[in-house]
Amino acid sequence: MEAVLDTARENRTGLAGAFVSVVQRDLLLAVRRRADVLTSFFFFIIVVSLFPLGVGPEPNTLREIAPGVVWVAALLASMLALHRLLAGDYADGTLEQLVLSAQPLTVLVLGKILAHWLVTGIPLVLIAPLLGLQFDLPGDALAVMALGLLLGTPVLSMLGAIGAALTLGVRGAGGLVALLVLPLYIPVLIFGAGAVSAAMSGQSVEGHMSLLAAFLLFSVVVAPWATAAAIRIAME
Amino acid sequence: MLQGIDLACVRGQRRLFGNLNFSVPPGEALWVSGPNGSGKTSLLRMLCTLLAPEAGEVRWRGKRVRELGDAYRAELAYLGHAAAVKDDLSGLENLRFALAQDGLRVPEAALADALGRFGLAEREDLPARVLSQGQRRRVSLARLLFCSERPLWILDEPLTALDVQAIELVRALIAAHLGRGCVVVLTSHQEVDLSGVKVQNLRMVG
Repeated sequence: MEAVLDTARENRTGLAGAFVSVVQRDLLLAVRRRADVLTSFFFFIIVVSLFPLGVGPEPNTLREIAPGVVWVAALLASMLALHRLLAGDYADGTLEQLVLSAQPLTVLVLGKILAHWLVTGIPLVLIAPLLGLQFDLPGDALAVMALGLLLGTPVLSMLGAIGAALTLGVRGAGGLVALLVLPLYIPVLIFGAGAVSAAMSGQSVEGHMSLLAAFLLFSVVVAPWATAAAIRIAME
Repeated sequence: MLQGIDLACVRGQRRLFGNLNFSVPPGEALWVSGPNGSGKTSLLRMLCTLLAPEAGEVRWRGKRVRELGDAYRAELAYLGHAAAVKDDLSGLENLRFALAQDGLRVPEAALADALGRFGLAEREDLPARVLSQGQRRRVSLARLLFCSERPLWILDEPLTALDVQAIELVRALIAAHLGRGCVVVLTSHQEVDLSGVKVQNLRMVG
């Protein structure tokens, strides 16, 4: 046993190793529980697809509502997946161990958010251009939409993590998370959908994209820290 | 080495305990006992900084643990009331991630060996979902084999759901840890036979 411990000692991986292991673990859990991941993905596809059916096949109307519809559906789908982010770990004691890790909780939380975005955000980014075709969006608008979602969905995961942490251990957390988090999503919605509309009317999208990128940087700095603080409070 | 000074705990409207004082020197165990709801788990969570005391303070090597922060947590191994075992991961994966989270990478063979010592040989690849309560507990206890460098163990009901053999193994681990001049704090409903080591009994009243 002592020899084993010696090798363990030599292989201390520190902060980077802990971060990677948190991401790996959550990705592995997502693979094991595919149904959970696919729910929010198909929710997104169905909600977006319902609109052309409900509104009717008038191309001009569809083109006009497309940015808003896709983005609102993305917000809802991303919110739908939030309950998986922390609640499971809270229930089985894994979150306690994360809090007690010698590594800073902020970094471990960032790892959890990254894994969450990889399984919920990325699929939306990839499928959105295809869904945009249902709304007769031109090619450049589709590209802008995908890029906007690529910048915007991580922000949704970050802000959502704060909401998920604040509602840990609360009864009826699902509804409360929606009330807490959806208002925070508004700036992302405005500039994400605005970028697509601007692209369609031939305006520059640089301003919109810069703001989305700024939201992303801001949330990378603030959200993991706020989430970690909320988790510590939830532990009490 | 570990001191509790005038600790008080209030949960909701109820005062669970107050003016609780103890001091555990190196090489000694603190056995916290008492009826359900007397605040054993709250006390242990307080000792590992998960819970802020209503009054008083916890000191480790003479310094306040709140101020030591991550440095204190690096010296601490805590096994909580919940086993921290993921249903969808195998015993091996659970153990590997639990250790990696602390920045420790252990070769697969050593992990399998550790689980084997806890009687989970050939079951290490089964998802924890299909394991019994006692076996899940063993998965989380196997972590202690790699925690010998951490001078403070805080174990909440480590013996629950274990059979005689596993209890003996945990007892031996605790005794060996105390032999290294470390400190172990544990709760248990059963009488723990820690012969040969010094045990302080802290009896909580409901």
